[in-house]
Amino acid sequence: MTKKVTKAGSISRRRLLTTASAGAVLAVSPFRINLLQAEEAPIKIGFPVPLTGPYGAEAQDQVRAGQLAVAQFNDAGGLNGRKAELVVRDDKLNPGEAATRTLELVEKEKVNFVVGSLSAAVQLAINNVTKERGVIFNSISQSDAINEAADFSKYTFHEALNPHMTSGAVGRYAFTKFGKKVAFLTADYAYGHEMVRGFLEVGKEFNIENLGDIRHPLGTTDFSTLLPRLQALKPDILCISNFGRDQQIALKQATDFGIKKSIQIIAPLLSHASRVAAGPQAFEGVVGGCSFYWGIEDKFASTKTFNEAFRKMYDGKLPTDYGALGYGGVRAVLEAVKGAGSVETDKVVAALEALKYDYYKGPQYYRKCDHQSVQSVLVIKSKSKDMKNESDVFEVLSTEEPNEKYLRSCEALGHKS
Amino acid sequence: MAGLSFDLIALQLFAGLALGAIYVLFAIGLSLIFGMLTVVNFAHGAFYMVGAYVGLYLISIGGNFWICLVAVPIVIGLFGLAVERVLIRPLYGRGIDYPLLLTFGLSYVMVECVRIAFGKTGYPFDTPDVLQGAVDIGVGYFPLYRLFVIGATAVVLLALWLFLEKTSYGLIIRAGARDPQIVRVLGVDVSRVWLIVFGIGTAIAGFAGLLAAPLQGVIPEMGGTILAEAFVVTVVGGMGSIGGAVLAGLLVGVVVSMTSLFAPEMAKVSIFALMAIVLIVRPQGFFGRAGLMS
Repeated sequence: MTKKVTKAGSISRRRLLTTASAGAVLAVSPFRINLLQAEEAPIKIGFPVPLTGPYGAEAQDQVRAGQLAVAQFNDAGGLNGRKAELVVRDDKLNPGEAATRTLELVEKEKVNFVVGSLSAAVQLAINNVTKERGVIFNSISQSDAINEAADFSKYTFHEALNPHMTSGAVGRYAFTKFGKKVAFLTADYAYGHEMVRGFLEVGKEFNIENLGDIRHPLGTTDFSTLLPRLQALKPDILCISNFGRDQQIALKQATDFGIKKSIQIIAPLLSHASRVAAGPQAFEGVVGGCSFYWGIEDKFASTKTFNEAFRKMYDGKLPTDYGALGYGGVRAVLEAVKGAGSVETDKVVAALEALKYDYYKGPQYYRKCDHQSVQSVLVIKSKSKDMKNESDVFEVLSTEEPNEKYLRSCEALGHKS
Repeated sequence: MAGLSFDLIALQLFAGLALGAIYVLFAIGLSLIFGMLTVVNFAHGAFYMVGAYVGLYLISIGGNFWICLVAVPIVIGLFGLAVERVLIRPLYGRGIDYPLLLTFGLSYVMVECVRIAFGKTGYPFDTPDVLQGAVDIGVGYFPLYRLFVIGATAVVLLALWLFLEKTSYGLIIRAGARDPQIVRVLGVDVSRVWLIVFGIGTAIAGFAGLLAAPLQGVIPEMGGTILAEAFVVTVVGGMGSIGGAVLAGLLVGVVVSMTSLFAPEMAKVSIFALMAIVLIVRPQGFFGRAGLMS
């Protein structure tokens, strides 16, 4: 309770200071203005991501690209000279840890915004905290639940794709090309469950036959006891819905078991960082979705600009899908701050809702009812030959253009509008 | 889900034995060190992980997998010798929890050092060319590399057995484990015996890490998950019993495999359920000596 009082106290003091000095600004010398700016704290963006654990590779890319968005904002002069700062925390892919770290970011670090997370489950824990404290949270990881009325709040934004959009795009591509008999290997938590639900839903249009869904715990290192069963089901398509290290190991071991000889493997998401960490062999020929691939720079000027800026900052490295989400998530918030001319939550919410943006992958906007970023989904295939550089890992097979018809309707999600 | 055939069950059983072989290889070093030294080596997973990284490094500077099979156990074994001499030896005779805490802390240090040196992100580790692909074992296709791992485990077990049972040095080690005081009275330098046992145990851990690398890639945290499973194997087999570790490792593999077939969600829990049942019936495990922990 005491904490709350002090927090409110400090904010009102700052506001008082701002208002008083704003009046003074009209009349007084530049010296005064400088003094005011020096006293103003940086705009802080809390960034909880799972730096250690099975999704570590992707999380590090999120941080790198998030830092780029902050650096660009600061180089362009910030908010009237007020600089931004990314406050990174390791959530260890654990909802409890994430909630604690987020609370700490809000209470102790006094962050203005929270961007981050990399798990369908963990982001809900972060969202619970930010929702209650009235802090804007822009999630950069897949989730369907976060769009739904029960978890949504006006402070909740979702820059990443959601499983419904992703599995929809991949399903529409795969079920027409590779066959109708589908078996599933699924990570046993929100991400996997939502993906399978999405595949089965879009599968109705194509009359697919569900041969079975085998679930494995998050962080599995050996799939050898699950693969013979999947092979015996004799599917046309094996759909593997897991992520990070689980995906790397599952694809590697499925390759070892010779599954690819007779079965097409698809994945809702093919992570760039995981493909690099696992090597070309394991991912060869696998078809999946993604939110971003650097190779679309021929198509979009924004992608080219983003790639070049990232390259410059990180010794020629190219950005990955999850990196791009970190960039987009942080940049959207900072652009909204600029647009609103303030860090005040309500004004920034309004500015975010009004954004029509193209920062890295073509046009996007946040849908009014659930703050889901309406955007394109790429369907890609992993390659093992003719690679021009170490980041040349995927081939874009098709693009599903941004369209609200690929999202669940606002009514279906329980929103009134 | 329909389609349970005899072939599938046989293949599943085989997959379980293959998985068990990996458990055995990892647990055997743990069991050896505990049985002879009564040191519960919590850094065993870290030695395993470092073994994989040493292999990765050797291949990156031009070595190949076959050279690694010899070089990695030697490097990790020497590292183990240094750890025993400098860190573990001063703690002998102070109770079982001292080396336990030390190795626990050491594992964190080792993981962090590897993160600093190689980064937090994992690396791919390709299966050697001649061992790639799957072969028909009569009931279905099975990866050739996993068959190789079973063979390698058998070779290590045989060599260890010959060394402990058939050489005069093995005799001293076994005597030292049973009654170090008498061995010392007979003029044998027991501390040197312990040094070598610790070195062998860690060398096997490094070897296991190298063999695991082509199965799952290499990452600093790779020793953590398998350590929990290995402790179950050693406890079920009886702390300090090598034969027990072999039997328990294979059993755990088969139990995981069979649960995966019928209730995949329960596979991870089944290991601990097995441990609970065995401990209720035989608190010292299959072949454990009572009173070793006290």
